[in-house]
Amino acid sequence: MMKEDINPGQIELTILANPAYLCVARAAVRKALEISGFDAQDADGVTLALDEALTNVIRHSYGGPCEKPIIIKLSQIPNYQKKTSALEVVVRDFGKHVDPKTIKSRDLNEVRPGGLGVHIIQTVMDEVEYSCVSEGGMQLRMLKLIQLTDCCEMTSGVRASFGGSRIEKAQ
Amino acid sequence: MTRPNSNPGSVVENIRRENGVTILVLAGDIDLHRSVEMRERLLEVMSEKPETTVINLSRVDFMDSSGLATLVEAMQLSRRYGGQVKLVGVQQRVRSILEISRLDSIFPMFESEAEALAS
Repeated sequence: MMKEDINPGQIELTILANPAYLCVARAAVRKALEISGFDAQDADGVTLALDEALTNVIRHSYGGPCEKPIIIKLSQIPNYQKKTSALEVVVRDFGKHVDPKTIKSRDLNEVRPGGLGVHIIQTVMDEVEYSCVSEGGMQLRMLKLIQLTDCCEMTSGVRASFGGSRIEKAQ
Repeated sequence: MTRPNSNPGSVVENIRRENGVTILVLAGDIDLHRSVEMRERLLEVMSEKPETTVINLSRVDFMDSSGLATLVEAMQLSRRYGGQVKLVGVQQRVRSILEISRLDSIFPMFESEAEALAS
């Protein structure tokens, strides 16, 4: 597919909090980053961090798979801190409030299953910020400083809903 | 002995035994959705207490922390009865997450099943 056909711009996806949709979110975001000219390694990292964030929402914010939505937003911030471009990834849920100060990586010297998601997100992304949303739920804002291999300005967008029925192209 | 997989979309493509070694061939992405089946099948294998379990990941392009957790659980279970778990054909993306999680040093990794079986 030609870059001109997509022009990814600001992207918004809504999926249901069901692990079966993780692959859909990964594929959509990975493809959008690839088409936008992101370095493959960066695109892999962002895709992994997003997967871990969505997994945490399903497991912890919603307490397991359910029919509630998770909104994913991607946007490019040009001239971030007057140095470089950055990719902003926002994951919004409507689950329970969690004190952001309690969301921490665990001690990696302790070899045991689980508890690695936050560490992976913090390692892969350059900035990570959790916040409670007053209307309910949590928001995770992740930032990745980026090197575009084939620069493509993000101007328009795509909105899609998986697990629902909405797929539309935003102007 | 080979147990063919009745579900072609399954994360466990094949399980077989060679000279007392159990070999699992996994395929596709392993995330929160598919790690459930992976865990069930691995626990099934571990209940037979094989001396060595070889997990072939050469057809796994993506794994997240839920897949890692399952690998760690299998490794810990096998150690409990004196067995071992070896990984084969670990792709770069999967290797990266093992490294990020500092788990790359706890799993013996090999390029091929033959190499793992010979070790």
